[in-house]
Amino acid sequence: MAIKESRARKAFLRTNMVVLILVSLIMILPFIHVLAQSFSSSGAIDQGKVSFLPVEFTFDNYSFVFQDGSIWRSFGVTIFITVFGTLFNLIATASLAYPLSRKELLGRKFLLFMVLFTMIFSAPLIPTFLVVQNLGLLNTVWALIFPTAISAFNLFVMRSFFMQIPQELIESSRMDGLGELRILFQIVLPLSKPAMATLGIFYAVFHWNTYFNALMFIEDRSLYPLQIKLREMIVDENFTSDPTSDFYTTMLSSSPEGIKMATIIVATVPILLIYPFLQRHFIKGFMLGSLKD
Amino acid sequence: MTSRKLALVWKHKALYFIALPGIAYFIIFKYIPIMGSVIAFQDYNIFQGITGSAWVGLEQFERMFQYPEFLRILKNTLLINLYDIVFGFSAPIILALMLNEVRKLLAKRIIQTIVYMPHFLSWVIISGIFIGILSPSTGMVNHFLNLFGIDSIYFLGEDSFIRTIIVGSGMWRETGWSTIIYLAALAGINPQLYEAADIDGANRWQQTWKITIPTLMPTIMMLFLLQIGNFLDFGFERVDVFLNPFNRVNGEIFDTYIYEAGLLQNQYSYTTAIGIFKSVVGLILLVGANFVSRKTTGNSLY
Repeated sequence: MAIKESRARKAFLRTNMVVLILVSLIMILPFIHVLAQSFSSSGAIDQGKVSFLPVEFTFDNYSFVFQDGSIWRSFGVTIFITVFGTLFNLIATASLAYPLSRKELLGRKFLLFMVLFTMIFSAPLIPTFLVVQNLGLLNTVWALIFPTAISAFNLFVMRSFFMQIPQELIESSRMDGLGELRILFQIVLPLSKPAMATLGIFYAVFHWNTYFNALMFIEDRSLYPLQIKLREMIVDENFTSDPTSDFYTTMLSSSPEGIKMATIIVATVPILLIYPFLQRHFIKGFMLGSLKD
Repeated sequence: MTSRKLALVWKHKALYFIALPGIAYFIIFKYIPIMGSVIAFQDYNIFQGITGSAWVGLEQFERMFQYPEFLRILKNTLLINLYDIVFGFSAPIILALMLNEVRKLLAKRIIQTIVYMPHFLSWVIISGIFIGILSPSTGMVNHFLNLFGIDSIYFLGEDSFIRTIIVGSGMWRETGWSTIIYLAALAGINPQLYEAADIDGANRWQQTWKITIPTLMPTIMMLFLLQIGNFLDFGFERVDVFLNPFNRVNGEIFDTYIYEAGLLQNQYSYTTAIGIFKSVVGLILLVGANFVSRKTTGNSLY
């Protein structure tokens, strides 16, 4: 703006920036605290010396975490459901989004309403459990993949992306004798890479973080995904001791605090590693879905 | 169907064929469970199934309202949602407005990168972080309190802080991320509007109230209505990860109760009745709020 900014305006901008920096600190300091503790000796942590820098720097916490074979197994389960689950999600979502994006499909409105309705009236817990049980999926990794095959929200995002693909392109592909499946996989999907990347990331993060479904559907400890394993390691421990005893001693006696923090870091790093890549894509995808229909 | 329509369907039969697996998914995993809600009117027995179990009419619903704990759990659910609407819903709007004022692009990008990040962490991780920072002996919050001579507080070990922790951790995770949709709406405002307002002598506050807020209003109302529709659906994970025997009394909500009484104690029919209650109340709230919103602000979901 050409107009010279007034003094009050400058003061406002400065205050605004200070508050935003404070908000950012609130978001990031807990991470730094956890990171610092994960590299500190348990003695230093228990004495309450560790805030934002490691005290008595050590890798012990990490070597303890990595020695635990069961956490590697859980990593394996989670990587499996993240990779295969996400692929399955994308194929399933695209194969419904594509027909729903074509005007030739009669009953499109009805099907869209059917999907929309599930967003408002969610499937109840116990009957869903019974369906999964009756399909024989309990205690299999498939229980973490099939029941969440298509997210209604992501379906709408993908559909609105497909709708922007020119009708003429599809028509001419049909003229050339391409079947619908080949049009979907050879024409539509390659043109939809940004949407696929964004939704793929949404689905992948969902699978990586899956907790409740695993709690419901998986009892077999060898199939525990990472989040369930983590929950066991970081949360439950506090209360295995006698609840009537003094809280402080309870905490101290069960306090491999550094190990818990190292576990948190280990489980978070994969997400943080893809985060920069993720950030480039997701805003585009998010705006796609929310704006037009 | 006329023969012309049939011909059209036949011509594009491949499209229907491709759609089938997706439709099957919604039927199997969404609509069959919704129909399976009839077990709320039964005394469901695992061995006899839906066809063999005895019908008991509204008995499960009567039981629900007579159960003394029901009111406690309803109160927790309502209070947590209320706090979340008052604080959790308004925070992203304010943050988006503040971010929108930042003119230095690099600073804006850095702040955005930081505040979006917590959204990608699981609730288990978030509870781990919060339990860590709130720990009475090792956490940074109590270190900070100790600096001012305040004794350490075991925040998760009693029931007076649990609702604040649940709502606060949710805000920590989602406030930044939720600004995206508002920032998208703000980016769509024509800069000429502000220039014209400048020439007319409107100051920044007036411009915010007369231009920015009205532009955001449809987005705000849409998200608000959706949140009202999910009023009793706060979510299982974000609460369950913080619950323990010391704070359960004030922290337990419908979603965690349904899981525990339903799946762990096999009260299938009873908890499904609670689920129906939850869904129906949500639907009524959504329709009601939508009606009020259409009459007063002109915005509505449908």
